[in-house]
Amino acid sequence: MPGQVQSIARAAAILRLLASSSGRLGIGEIARSLNLPKGTAHGIIRTLQDVGFVEQDKTSGKYQLGATLLHLGTSYLDVNELRSRSINWADPLAARSGEAVRIGTLLDGKVLVVHHVFRPDDILQTLDVGSLLPPHATALGKVLLAYDVGAANAVTQREPEPYTRRTLVTARALTRALSEIRDNGWGAEIGEMTPGEAGIAAPIRGYGGLVVGAIGLSGPVDRTCDGSGNPRPALVTYVRDAARAVSRDLGATRW
Amino acid sequence: MTERFVVAIDQGTTSTRCIVFDRRGNLVSVAQREHRQHFPRPGWVEHDAMEIWRNVGKVVPRALNQAGLSIDQIAAIGIANQRETTVVWDRRTGVPVAPALIWQDTRTDLVVEALSRASGAEHIQELCGLPLTTYFSGPKLRWLLDHIPGLAERAERGEVLFGTMESWLIWNLTGGPDGGLHLTDVTNASRTMLMDLRTLDWHPRLLSFFGVPAAMLPQIRSSSEVYGTATAVLPGVRIAAALGDQQAALFGQTCFDPGEAKCTYGTGSFLLLNTGTEPVPSRHGLLTTVGYRIGDEPALYALEGSIAITGSLVQWFRDRLELISTAPEIETLARTVDDNGGCYIVPAFSGLFAPHWRSEARGTIVGLTSYITKGHLARAVLEATGWQTREVVDAMNADSGLELTALRVDGGMTANNLLMQFVADVLAVPVVRPMAAETVSLGAAYAAGLAVEYWPDLEGLRSNWHPAARWVPEMDAAVRTRERENWRRAVERTFDWIRPEEDPARR
Repeated sequence: MPGQVQSIARAAAILRLLASSSGRLGIGEIARSLNLPKGTAHGIIRTLQDVGFVEQDKTSGKYQLGATLLHLGTSYLDVNELRSRSINWADPLAARSGEAVRIGTLLDGKVLVVHHVFRPDDILQTLDVGSLLPPHATALGKVLLAYDVGAANAVTQREPEPYTRRTLVTARALTRALSEIRDNGWGAEIGEMTPGEAGIAAPIRGYGGLVVGAIGLSGPVDRTCDGSGNPRPALVTYVRDAARAVSRDLGATRW
Repeated sequence: MTERFVVAIDQGTTSTRCIVFDRRGNLVSVAQREHRQHFPRPGWVEHDAMEIWRNVGKVVPRALNQAGLSIDQIAAIGIANQRETTVVWDRRTGVPVAPALIWQDTRTDLVVEALSRASGAEHIQELCGLPLTTYFSGPKLRWLLDHIPGLAERAERGEVLFGTMESWLIWNLTGGPDGGLHLTDVTNASRTMLMDLRTLDWHPRLLSFFGVPAAMLPQIRSSSEVYGTATAVLPGVRIAAALGDQQAALFGQTCFDPGEAKCTYGTGSFLLLNTGTEPVPSRHGLLTTVGYRIGDEPALYALEGSIAITGSLVQWFRDRLELISTAPEIETLARTVDDNGGCYIVPAFSGLFAPHWRSEARGTIVGLTSYITKGHLARAVLEATGWQTREVVDAMNADSGLELTALRVDGGMTANNLLMQFVADVLAVPVVRPMAAETVSLGAAYAAGLAVEYWPDLEGLRSNWHPAARWVPEMDAAVRTRERENWRRAVERTFDWIRPEEDPARR
């Protein structure tokens, strides 16, 4: 059995201490109560503050439990915040790839489009922010399902709807595709939603590596895929670079 | 052949940035450095011009390094700058004689009040296109000449030089005390109140009105032409453009035809409309300004409407009311309701700007009932930006006789979908966000690249412009009319709030 991770145990103790105290606590009070060196307590508190579990009062400098703790079950990154933080990376992805870019998150088992950048060819296009896409038939959706076991189970149990003859509709095919996405770090849809159309997507990660959305491009198969029908490697690189850049901005460290 | 690039220096109010662009107008690298804001007294805002010049020397090499570029790959330098900010420096030593007075600085309110009673004051706006207010360089320069001992005499003798930020940077880039070029461009000169809008030269009557010796003034040049070659920072590279930041954004948005307009949505917002080769005087509280001038071609003029409080209203909602924790959350909160519930917020925090110009007005929230939730307030906050845009557009249509057919937008608030949709709804024209977000820097790069034939012509630049998003009006015309009327009535309720004896600034 692996040993206890000391800093996590200490972090839990700090949260309990803050929860049981009637008012806010200063760093000295926390350190003394738990018999920790002040520097150690401060390091843990700072990390808890970064993830939103602890808040610091601006005037007194004392700490209390963060509002995030009360909403642990709900999505922790506001979708409008996600759009605002990724807009500067989505534009260059569209400019470089020459294709339309979308950012999506899961909402009640569907993919909610939270941001859409037009294909840079000046042909009239319609903004589809706010629309819902089927998760099993789109690159964005499959990437999101790959990192959300609950949502993936819900989709596979419900006999996914076929959009084309290439749509993955069996639990087995879908489970295998999701596992491949986890291995590769990106996913694609080739004619699975609309014949002749393909998409490439990669996960956007926040603090601690939690997947908070997916960014991807889509366009005709003959532009986005190579002769053997696989997504063009250059486009895959663009998508993954953009996803990594947004993730870095959101505070994910390893991606 | 190695690929070549254009460097833009964006000398802004809070930071100095260097952005490198490629031939397709794509951003290649960015480096940025903030400078200190000095607030020595209430209403005073200063920058250290030396610090800003040093920052240019830091950000430019950093941007080149990031992209792995060498100096000989740089085809030209273009400069965009915070407008109206005033620097006076010693021609021999290159040292500023005083801190730079920032456009936001209001120490000149008494100067402005005195000048507005002086003879000839009524003809000033006719000549220079601007009303007498604290923003512009002329009053700031007058203040410096009045308050720095001996400065007026030294200015007469030509020992000290005046410039806005682009003049200061170009002088330093081209050698400083050792042969530096002392020049400005038509757009920056059009913000001094010293230039005749028609002749595009300093006007003797304006100079004598503000008591400014001609010997200290820079030469006025086009926005896009080769001024000279840099000897510092990027030695050997041609300096080929300078524009005030909002004009640079107009150029970066490729608003080259009369009737084309852009609005930059930030803390405040600036709407500029290209009005063609004739200056259009405003009867509706807008500014007449130069949009840009390319080489020897006729200058293009613009009408400008500035809205003081847009993004800053969202910041107020976040930091003062604490109803949201980040600015983008306002959209989430606003979407919890379907409409404003009859509630309107008019953010006349320091009076109303264009087109009302009511300094005694103060902000108000009207239509409060027990039905109103924080969601309705969030909507009212966003709608305030929409209606203020509409008021400026109405004034522009009335002044110019041009009907706006689409609005090009940029700036941080364009990430707010609900707001952009609302702007399209109340203007009843499409709102378009281009793919290039950095329109200020892009405009400076475009103007520089054009002067050195890096880009062939305006059409070549236009083909780089692509819409990234487009919002089309969806609001029912009857609803628009009703809401417009409600907003108008809400604005009226802000008037006459501050009485002269109560205004703390007057005490």
